[in-house]
Amino acid sequence: MSLKNNSLFTGIQWWKWTCIVLLFYTFIQGLLIEVPRLPILNETIRNLFFHVTIWFAMIIMMISSVVYGIKYLRSNNIDFDIKSSESAYTGVFLGILGLATGSLWAKYTWGAWWVNDAKLNGAAATMLVYLAYIVLRGSIDDENKKAKISAVYGIFAFTLMLVFIMILPRLTDSLHPGNGGNPGFSKYDLDSKMRTVFYPAVFAWSLLATWIAEIRVRIKRVSASQNH
Amino acid sequence: MKKIKPLFLLIFSLLIPVISFAQNSEVEMADLLRQDGKIYVVIGVICIILTGILLFLLTIDRKVRNLEQNQKR
Repeated sequence: MSLKNNSLFTGIQWWKWTCIVLLFYTFIQGLLIEVPRLPILNETIRNLFFHVTIWFAMIIMMISSVVYGIKYLRSNNIDFDIKSSESAYTGVFLGILGLATGSLWAKYTWGAWWVNDAKLNGAAATMLVYLAYIVLRGSIDDENKKAKISAVYGIFAFTLMLVFIMILPRLTDSLHPGNGGNPGFSKYDLDSKMRTVFYPAVFAWSLLATWIAEIRVRIKRVSASQNH
Repeated sequence: MKKIKPLFLLIFSLLIPVISFAQNSEVEMADLLRQDGKIYVVIGVICIILTGILLFLLTIDRKVRNLEQNQKR
């Protein structure tokens, strides 16, 4: 063990610092900023900076998963499989947080923990599809076979996610903002003030997700090289 | 420590409060909480939790870094 490299902050890349700063910005400004005064929503409009951005980060993790999955299929480099699967795991974790926060928000604005809505059921179905991804990976012992099958399934899962949470909710009626003729929050944000927190918040959560996935990838790499 | 100073300055500069002016006062908002100044307590609590979580993440990062370095040898 070299004590020289043991400082908490050495080797922390610039994007991790960016993540820390933006997260503090999100939490402080997210609570302090002036928001549109709307009935029913009241102060819960601030959930835009937390609930919605968590889903954005989840989608970015799934994009990363499918991109590295395709890279694996093209190169057979197992390192791409590690990146692909850990991105998906991190995405599933964020998705569960997204479902839980959405459910709580729905209770106080729509009046129920869960409503039979295209967007909500689509999000739940997406989580099931990705849970199946985890089960699939767990059921195959051979490393290369596991990587190949899960990469192919990952492409399938990603396509289903796009259909379930982007396309289908827009084709039908939906309570969820931004779907089925229902306006998104951009309509309420007349002076673009919320955008000054919303976009940094998307970056903050995405960078945090990347950070967590990166650490998981590094742990996987270390343990993989110890096994061989 | 040199590297952290600008970071903390940045974070503290973000603490400068946004003054809110009431417009549509029929809609219920957390005005009283803001008047009492107690929203800052919530922000304080959230910041402590966030700091803790980030320190935890940094510690895990360092642990993995040590493992990687040990393996190279």
